[in-house]
Amino acid sequence: MAEFNLPANSRLTEGKAWPKPAGAKKLTEFKVYRWNPDTGANPRTDTYYVDREDCGPMVLDALIWIKNKIDPTLTFRRSCREGICGSCAMNMDGKNGLACTTGIDECGAKGKVAIYPLPHMPVIKDLVPDLTRFYAQHASVEPWLKTTTPAPEKEWAQGKEDREKLDGLYECILCACCSTSCPSYWWNGDRYLGPAVLLQAYRWLIDSRDEATGERLDDLEDPFRLYRCHTIMNCANACPKGLNPAKAIAEIKKMMVARQV
Amino acid sequence: MAETKPIARPLSPHLQIYRWSWTMAMSIAHRVTGTALYAGTVLIAAWLVAAASGPGAYETAQAIAGSFLGRLVLFGYSFALLHHMVGGLRHFVWDMGHGYEPETRTNMAKYSVFVSAGLTILLWVVAYAMR
Repeated sequence: MAEFNLPANSRLTEGKAWPKPAGAKKLTEFKVYRWNPDTGANPRTDTYYVDREDCGPMVLDALIWIKNKIDPTLTFRRSCREGICGSCAMNMDGKNGLACTTGIDECGAKGKVAIYPLPHMPVIKDLVPDLTRFYAQHASVEPWLKTTTPAPEKEWAQGKEDREKLDGLYECILCACCSTSCPSYWWNGDRYLGPAVLLQAYRWLIDSRDEATGERLDDLEDPFRLYRCHTIMNCANACPKGLNPAKAIAEIKKMMVARQV
Repeated sequence: MAETKPIARPLSPHLQIYRWSWTMAMSIAHRVTGTALYAGTVLIAAWLVAAASGPGAYETAQAIAGSFLGRLVLFGYSFALLHHMVGGLRHFVWDMGHGYEPETRTNMAKYSVFVSAGLTILLWVVAYAMR
């Protein structure tokens, strides 16, 4: 049964309002989720003011600016700062995305930018969620080429048309923006695989070189693993790479039907 | 080594902070109207039982259904029914693998409100005109 409220230890409290930087002309207010595992106190939201004339245009720039100039304890993941590593996935202004490819001006609609970790995940610290289960689910679909015929002398050949079937799938960077935007994954994340993992499952299902399509479908034929998708479409709305997990899941469901007729 | 007590990790906020989208709102509306239809089906069953029980019971059922409150409930029921039907058609199109482009999927969700509201009003206009 879905639990709509946050557990007692997860309810938010009002945090600290940090002083505005002196002499700044253009300020943007940031409300950031904080939780410190060392104190055990409930999570809080701290308020920071970022000097926009001294800071880059992206949300990640602002977070780094805050960490460097105001509060070195602010904790978040980041690496490539160009939308390919998926580390800085978080919830900004109510929508999941990558902090490095989301402009501050894109999400300051209400005059301030609210930043939370990826939704409905255990928090390790501040904006860092625990993705252990997400990765385990990815591993569970065995995302690699499986064959039974003897390996060819050179590589497993794939024609141009078959290769094009992987477009819109192979680009996934496993940032978890889609899975953690999905209400179905919120309520049943322990049994439902979620959009990111199902998109990866489909990526191998339609790979012309893969010879385990039947077994892969058998593994997914389950009321929870696949069929908890109710086409809510938050996944497709959230994907920072513009991919469409909802469509990939629909294609899997079609394959399930097609093999029975 | 000093003993450390593990602290239960908090769950990050979800429904409390996620921005609503049309597809998300219509998904929950589909579920809500579907649940409402259970109650509506009970009403239809009660009306049929009354009709089968004889003229007296049927008169009473008709009087209740025809009262202001009765009509209000029937209006709500007809909207739930039509909204669920339009939502069902939307899901049917999606299950066939169509309508997944960003603008299309949002419009399909958005228009299902207007189409079902329009159909409900049309139904009642026709019903009153035929009286």
